[in-house]
Amino acid sequence: MIQTITFYLFAALVIASACFVILARNPVHSVLWLILAFFNAAALMVLVGAEFIAMLLVIVYVGAVAVLFLFVVMMLDIDFSELRAGFVKNAPLGVAIAIVLFVELFVGLVAYNAGGLELGTPDGMNAPVLDRSNIASIGALLYSRYLFLFEAAGVILLVAMVGAIVLTLRHRPEVRGQDISKQVKRRPEEAIVKTRPEVGAGVKL
Amino acid sequence: MTDFFVSLGMQYGWAWFLATIAGVLLIALPLMLGVAMIIYADRKIWAAMALRKGPNVVGPFGLLQSFADGLKVFLQETIIPSAANKGLFLIAPIITFTVALLAWAVVPFGPGMVLADINIGLLYILAISSLGVYGVVIAGWASNSKYPFFSAMRAAAQMISYEVSIGFILICVILFANTNNLTEMIEAQRGFGLGFVNGFVFHLLLFPMWVLFLISGMAETARAPFDLTEAESELVAGYQTEYSSMSFALFWLGEYANVLLMCALNAILFFGGWLPPFDWEPLYLIPGIVWFLLKILFFFFIFSWVKATVPRFRYDQLMRLGWKIFLPMSLLFVVLVSGWLMLTRYS
Repeated sequence: MIQTITFYLFAALVIASACFVILARNPVHSVLWLILAFFNAAALMVLVGAEFIAMLLVIVYVGAVAVLFLFVVMMLDIDFSELRAGFVKNAPLGVAIAIVLFVELFVGLVAYNAGGLELGTPDGMNAPVLDRSNIASIGALLYSRYLFLFEAAGVILLVAMVGAIVLTLRHRPEVRGQDISKQVKRRPEEAIVKTRPEVGAGVKL
Repeated sequence: MTDFFVSLGMQYGWAWFLATIAGVLLIALPLMLGVAMIIYADRKIWAAMALRKGPNVVGPFGLLQSFADGLKVFLQETIIPSAANKGLFLIAPIITFTVALLAWAVVPFGPGMVLADINIGLLYILAISSLGVYGVVIAGWASNSKYPFFSAMRAAAQMISYEVSIGFILICVILFANTNNLTEMIEAQRGFGLGFVNGFVFHLLLFPMWVLFLISGMAETARAPFDLTEAESELVAGYQTEYSSMSFALFWLGEYANVLLMCALNAILFFGGWLPPFDWEPLYLIPGIVWFLLKILFFFFIFSWVKATVPRFRYDQLMRLGWKIFLPMSLLFVVLVSGWLMLTRYS
């Protein structure tokens, strides 16, 4: 009973905030609604007993990805009149995308009514082990059966990261950065010179 | 506590509900009181290090200073700038305050004294503390003013940078404890060092991790010397510039609740939580919560001490420390710790 109520509460909140993501005029508000949607999706994960996934969703998407999103969107200089001016020009494209999405949804519903698709055979390999925690189950599966896929995903992400760094890296020789080890190594003996200059001659460094 | 309500003749469902509500109040109200007193302690320690007297007028030894301040801001008018984004402007301090309280739900104060003894406790804390940045970022943006906005951008970059290394440090501790549950983590530290010292910190591989964690904790809670988000010499008061009265006080309370949480995490992860420092029978006569609170106070003293003595970091130094020193070092220690455990525990 209470599970059903909470499920529908969170599900309704996910859908409502997802709608507001596209309805909100201000992009910053859109990102904030998106964060709310992530958060409620995490709550749904908790309801089905996948608390580890829920926490990962919050840590990765809400805690890191959405912050960077917000960071970028906040710095946009938005001119609302310009946004509205582009409406007529972009309307055909928008309608086309909407039609494609609608057809996909429709086909999906028809296929669903025709009967579910069998994905793999129920051999008990994927059945959750009851007396084990979520993390232990995922770890056991990830590091045995799906080890190659897991490592491959890691390598792909690493390559993507290296690529992003290489693309944005630029050396600027004119900028003088701080070299802390050099500063620490400096001693008074080599930094101070005692001289007695002639009057009017000045000091040569 | 559920059993207590059941023994009063209630149904299990209602008893559980009442017990949870009572537990929430038992954590939140003393925490607020603790925050008020810890602000007083902070000002006293800071004053002592600067050879001043600190608050000494309201109440005996100035003990009631924080309550007087609280009453003052409560009676003030809440000013909302006309150019501000009103809804978000008001929500931001509420987010900061709520998030700061939420994380305390999984903190074990003593044996069995925990509101939610969940098996992903540490991940929960990491998830909740990663939300803390939103209060600051939203406040900075919604104020529609340039200093708060700079502060918000700094906060976003700073908190993400240090969260990464905190994550790796936590992985080291999780590997040693072999659990994510905070209570089991504390139990794993019983007699960990040389058979009689309680605490993960007494291990050559974990001691450097504790030092990193302490420093990252200061950066994560935007505490001096990493208080770049409210650097008064450059940003007026940072994201709090446009706030007044209760909305300002909520930031203040949330900030100190977060600092206390970091102190508690230091105690739980590295110093054996509610266990006494030594695994010696007479020490267990003192209740666990006393040891835990003493450890929190000890770490808070360190936080205060650092605040009083260390000058503020520059922004590029902060980024350098986080990404070029802490991140590689904590990553290296994850490899070292897992290698060490493979050699000694699992081979």
